[in-house]
Amino acid sequence: MSKRKAKDAPLPVGECISQVQDILRKRLCHQQLPDTPEGVEAQHKHLLELLKRTAVHGESNSVLIVGPRGSGKTMLLKCVLRDLLEEKEVETNLLQVHLNGLLQTDDRIALQEMTRQLHLENVVGDKVFGSFAENLSFLLEALKKGDRSSSRPVLFVLDEFDLFAHHKNQTLLYNLFDVSQSAQAPVAVVGVTCRLDVLELLEKRVKSRFSHRQIHLLSNPTFSQYLERVQTQLRLQDDFPDETFAQDWNASVKTLCEDKSVEDALQRHYNSSKNFRSNHVADVVPESCVCSQTCHQTCRPPGGQQDVFNRRPGQYAPRSVYFGVVSDHRHETPQRRLRRRAVQSANGPQRV
Amino acid sequence: MKYFTRLRVRRVYKWRGEPISFNRKLKTCEYASLDISVEGLPRVTVIKTGQHILIEGEDEDNPYVAKVIRLYGDENGKQKKVVVQWFVRVSEVPLSKLKLLGREPHPQEIFYYQGRSCDDEVDAESILRPVKVQRLDGAAPFPDSDDQDTLYVKLSWDSKTFKSVDSAQALLDAPCPLRISPSCAGQLPGNAKRRNAFARTPGIRKKLELSSPEKKSVIAEDPLNQQLDEDPESELMLAQRLSSSPPQAVLLKHSLTPLRKKLKPSVLLNKMCLSEINSSPSSDHSTSAEVDNETSPMLPVTATPRSSKRKSAQLVSSRIRKQLNLLDDQQDLNSDGEDEDEFVPSKRELQSSSEDDDDGGEKEAGLDSDDEVLVKKGKHAAAGCRTPRSKQRTRTSTRTPRRTPNKKITPGTPRTPHHATPSIPCRLRPAQQPANVLEEARLRLHVSSVPESLPCREQEFQDIYSFVESKIVDGTGGCMYISGVPGTGKTATVHEVMRCLQHATDMDEIAPFHFIEINGMKMTDPHQAYVQILQKLTGQKATADHAAALLEKRFSNPAPRKESTVLLVDELDLLWTRKQNVMYNLFDWPTRRHARLVVLTIANTMDLPERIMINRVASRLGLTRLSFQPYSFKQLQQIITSRLNKVKAFEEDALQLVSRKVAALSGDARRCLDICRRATEICEHSAADTSSTGLVGMSHVMDALNEMFSSAYITAIKCVSVQEQLFLRAIIAEFRRLGLEEATFQQGPPPIWALGSQSHLSPHYDAPGHQCTRQSFTVFVQHQSLCRVEGLQPVSVSEGLAVCQRLGACRLLLLEPSRLGVLQRVRLNVSQDDVLYALKSD
Repeated sequence: MSKRKAKDAPLPVGECISQVQDILRKRLCHQQLPDTPEGVEAQHKHLLELLKRTAVHGESNSVLIVGPRGSGKTMLLKCVLRDLLEEKEVETNLLQVHLNGLLQTDDRIALQEMTRQLHLENVVGDKVFGSFAENLSFLLEALKKGDRSSSRPVLFVLDEFDLFAHHKNQTLLYNLFDVSQSAQAPVAVVGVTCRLDVLELLEKRVKSRFSHRQIHLLSNPTFSQYLERVQTQLRLQDDFPDETFAQDWNASVKTLCEDKSVEDALQRHYNSSKNFRSNHVADVVPESCVCSQTCHQTCRPPGGQQDVFNRRPGQYAPRSVYFGVVSDHRHETPQRRLRRRAVQSANGPQRV
Repeated sequence: MKYFTRLRVRRVYKWRGEPISFNRKLKTCEYASLDISVEGLPRVTVIKTGQHILIEGEDEDNPYVAKVIRLYGDENGKQKKVVVQWFVRVSEVPLSKLKLLGREPHPQEIFYYQGRSCDDEVDAESILRPVKVQRLDGAAPFPDSDDQDTLYVKLSWDSKTFKSVDSAQALLDAPCPLRISPSCAGQLPGNAKRRNAFARTPGIRKKLELSSPEKKSVIAEDPLNQQLDEDPESELMLAQRLSSSPPQAVLLKHSLTPLRKKLKPSVLLNKMCLSEINSSPSSDHSTSAEVDNETSPMLPVTATPRSSKRKSAQLVSSRIRKQLNLLDDQQDLNSDGEDEDEFVPSKRELQSSSEDDDDGGEKEAGLDSDDEVLVKKGKHAAAGCRTPRSKQRTRTSTRTPRRTPNKKITPGTPRTPHHATPSIPCRLRPAQQPANVLEEARLRLHVSSVPESLPCREQEFQDIYSFVESKIVDGTGGCMYISGVPGTGKTATVHEVMRCLQHATDMDEIAPFHFIEINGMKMTDPHQAYVQILQKLTGQKATADHAAALLEKRFSNPAPRKESTVLLVDELDLLWTRKQNVMYNLFDWPTRRHARLVVLTIANTMDLPERIMINRVASRLGLTRLSFQPYSFKQLQQIITSRLNKVKAFEEDALQLVSRKVAALSGDARRCLDICRRATEICEHSAADTSSTGLVGMSHVMDALNEMFSSAYITAIKCVSVQEQLFLRAIIAEFRRLGLEEATFQQGPPPIWALGSQSHLSPHYDAPGHQCTRQSFTVFVQHQSLCRVEGLQPVSVSEGLAVCQRLGACRLLLLEPSRLGVLQRVRLNVSQDDVLYALKSD
C-alpha cells in the first residue's frame, strides 16, 4: 500500500479515499486473496495436507473440489497454493500445470498446453513439437520414467473439470488418474467443478482410477454470519496508514450495516443467493459511488449509498463494468465467463 | 578302451554315515560319501565328494566321466542324487571339432566340460565306480603308462573351442566349481537364499506375504499339488515308451556327442530311465523312484517350475529337435565352423541374409571372446530348447532395427526433436520418508505400491501363466480374452505373470521372449496401436500404415531364432474401428505359422466379443476367456492385510467394515485401498485432538465411507439459499399439478420463429387457445405464490431465472440450453423424495 507510515500525521482526505478505493477494489474484484479463507477452514486444511503430501512425500493423489458457482473453489485452491509455496520444502520442488476446460477444449490442445507448462524437451520456445499421438506418448513416457522419491511432483489443476469429461474417450483424465494410481512420477490431480453429478460423467474405468476424494464447498452461513462477513469485507485493516481515518471508516461501515434499509437489501440478497461473489459484485457499485461522491466530502459513507442497496439486485445495470469486472454473472455464457476469469487471473499467480 | 563289464549285476547304494547337513525347506540331506556294493561281493566302494566317477551312459564301453560335487538325498533316503561336473571323452567331441585340437588326441584324454546348458544332476544309482583322473600341463606329454584306468585332463571344452585348462585349474582341484550352470546355482549348499528365490517362481507356488504365511501358502499350493499328482504316471509311461522305442538306439548313439549334455532335464530323466532299465533288474524299483521324483517336494530342485503336464510335450518336442540335430551335425561335418541350429536345411538361404545383421550386432557390442563363445553356444543350445541367459542379454543389447527407417526426419516438419528425452526433472530436495505408523500404512496402502505377490488371484494367475508359458515353450501363438469390472486386478495379474516369466527366463527355464504392452486409452487413435507395437518391438518409428505393413511382414515371414512375443492389449474396446481391422490384425497375427505371438487382451465387459466384434474377428479371438470376478469381502480384507504387511494401523473391525462395504458396492480393490488411506488421514487428524489408541478405528472408517460414498445432493439442497429452495418446491408443486416430470419455467406466447420448431417439443403449444390459462401455472408462477406464502417479496423474472440457472449449474436441475430463456423446460436431477426430505428437515 502506501510507503508512508506516518500514522500521526493524518493524510489528506482525498488520498485516504483513493487508498480505500484501491483496497476495496482489490478485495471485491478478486485480485487479492484473503489471508484466511472464511467459512472453509476445514476444507482448506484438508486440501493443504493433501497437496503437501504430494509435494513432500511424493504421494500421488487426486481430488475434486465441488461447489456451486461463486462458492470460492478457485479462491480456496489459490489460498492453498499460496500457503503451500510458502514452505521451503515445496517451493522449489512443485511443478504446476493449470488447465481450464473452457480453454483446452480437446485433448490435443490440453496436451500441448501441459507439455508447454512442464517445459518438457520437445518444447522449443513456446512451440510444442510433434503430433498429438507423439505428444501423448512423450508425456506418458516422461511421467512413467519418474518415480516417487526422485522426480519432482507435478500438480495438475483442471478448472471446469466437467468439461474434460466430455473429451473423446476421456483419454486425458484416464491417463492422469492412471498415473496417480501407479508407481510413476508423483502427481496430484485437482479438479474444480460446480457440477454435483460430476462422478457420473466419468467412465467406469476412469472412475475406478479416481480416488473418490471430493471436497464439497457447501457452506450454509446464517444471516448474522453473512452480515459479519459483509462487514469484514468493507472494513479497513489496522495497517491502514491513517489510523483515525480507518477507525472512522470502520465505525461508519458498522452503522451502515445496522441501517434498516441496508439490512433489508442484504437480507434480500442473502435469500436469493448465499454466495459471496454476487455480494461482492453488489458491493462494487456502491463502492464506486462512495469513491466518486466522497472525494471532496467526508470519509463517512454517504446516505446516497443506501439508494444503491435499495435497488433490487436484479435491477443492477447488467453492464456495470467497473474496473474490468463483468458484474452480472447470472446469465453469463461460457465465453463471458472465460473473459471474466481471464481478467481476474491477469494478476493471478504466475505459472511455474 | 575297454572296461570291465559289470552289467547285469545289481549294485546297492547306501549313504555312508550321517547327513552332514539338512535343508529344511527342500527336505534334502547332504552326505559326505556314498557306499556302493555289488550284490554277492563283499567289496564296498566309497564315493566321496571331489572324487571322479564313471557314470552309466548309452555306450557301455565308454561311460561318462564326471566329478562329484555334492551328494544329497531326500529325507527317507529313497532318492539319491549327485551333482557333478562333467568331463567329455574324445569320442564325445564331434569329429569336425577335434580338428581344432591341432594334434592327435590321446585315447585316454578327457576334456573339462564348460558347456552351460547341461543338467549336472544325476541319479546316484547311475554311478558305476570311481576313476582316476590326472591333470596334465598343456605342454607336458601324456605319460606312457599302461594304466588303462587313468584318464588325463589337459584342456577344457565348451562345445565350441578347446581351451587351456589353466583357467579351470581351480575348478579341478577345488571341491566346488566356481563356474556352474545357472540351473544348479540354487543347489549350492548353504545358498538357501537363492534357493528361496528359486522356489518362489510361479508354477510351483505363489508366495503370500501375509501375517501367517505358512498357512496361506499351503492353501495356495494345494490345487497345484493335485495337478502335479495327476500327471506323472502318464508322463512316465510316455518316457518309458519313448526310451524303449526302436529309433532310440540311433539317437542315443548319436547323442553321445557333447550334444547330449545340452538336453533338457526331462531328456536326461529319460536317459536315466533308460539306463536303469538296462542295468537294474528291478525296474519296478526305479519306477517308484521316478514317481517319487515327480511328487516329492524335491520337485523345485529337479524340475523347472513348469507344470509337469508340459513335460511330456517337451519331451516329444525335444526328441524331435534331437532328431533334427542329427541332420544338423551331419551338416557340421561338411560346413566347418558353421554352427547354425536351424534344422530345416532349406531355410538356410533365408537366414543367411540376416546373418550379417546379427554378426554386426555382436561386433557392436564389443563382446570379448569368452562371451561371444557363449553367445554362439547359446545359439547352438537353442536346439535343446534351453537358452542360456546370456543369449537373451546380448540379443537385447545388440538388437538393431532390421530395416533402416525409411523416412528421414525432415527439418521443417514439426516432429518430436530427435534428441528429446521424455523425463520429468528431478527433485531438488529428497522426498521425505514416512515418519510414523500411519504414514507408513498410507504408503503401503497406495494403489501404486505393488506388493511382491498379489493375493486372491491364484487361480487366474495360474491360468494365464500356463497359457502364456505353453505358447512360449511350444513356439506357437494364441489369444486370450480377460474381462472383469475395473479394479479387480486384471492388469496387475498379467503384469505379475510377466514378472514371473521374466524371472523364469533369467533362470534359464524358458526361452526368452519380448513383452509389449499397449493400452487403448493411451493412444489417440486405434491405428496408433501399430505404431506403438512396432516401436516397442524394434524401436523404429513409422506411420500407422507403414507400421502395419512392417508388422504384417514380420509376423508372417519366417525369421531365424525369432523370440516369442507377448502382447498385452489393455482396454481392448478402445481399439474398435468401423472396419475392425486393427482388432482383426491383432487376432490374426497369432495364427500365422511364424508369428510366435501371444496376445492377451483385457477389457471391462464379459460379452465384448459378442457385442462389438464382427464374426471373423470374434472367431480369431477364440474362446480362451478368463473372467475376473469382483473381490469378495474376504479377499478385500486379505488384500489390505497383505499390503499392510504387519504394520499395525487398523483395528480388525474397521478392516472388516471397509471390505464388506466395498464388496457390497463394487468389489473394486482400488476403492477399498483409497478408503483405507483416507481413513488413516482422518485418524491422524483426530489423533491430534484426543489421545486415542492411534489405530484406525470404526469411527474413522465410517467417516471415510461417508465422505466417499454419500452423494452430496441432500447437503447441497440444504445449503442453497431460501429462494432456491422455494424454486425447488415450486417445481415439485408444478410436477404434481401436471403429473409429469417436466415443467416449463414460464410460458409466454411462443415467438413466431419458434412456432414451427417448438410445437413438437411441448404438448402445450399444440393448443394455442389454452395458452392464457396455462400461463398462470408455471414454475415461476408457483414460485411467486410460494414467496407470498412465506412472506417474502415475490421475485422478479430475472431473479427467478438466475435462481434457475444456479440450480442448473450445479445439476440439481436439468435445463435446456439457455437460448430458450424463460421458455425453457426444467427437470429435477434428484428424486422428489430426496428434495422433500432435504427441505423438510430444516
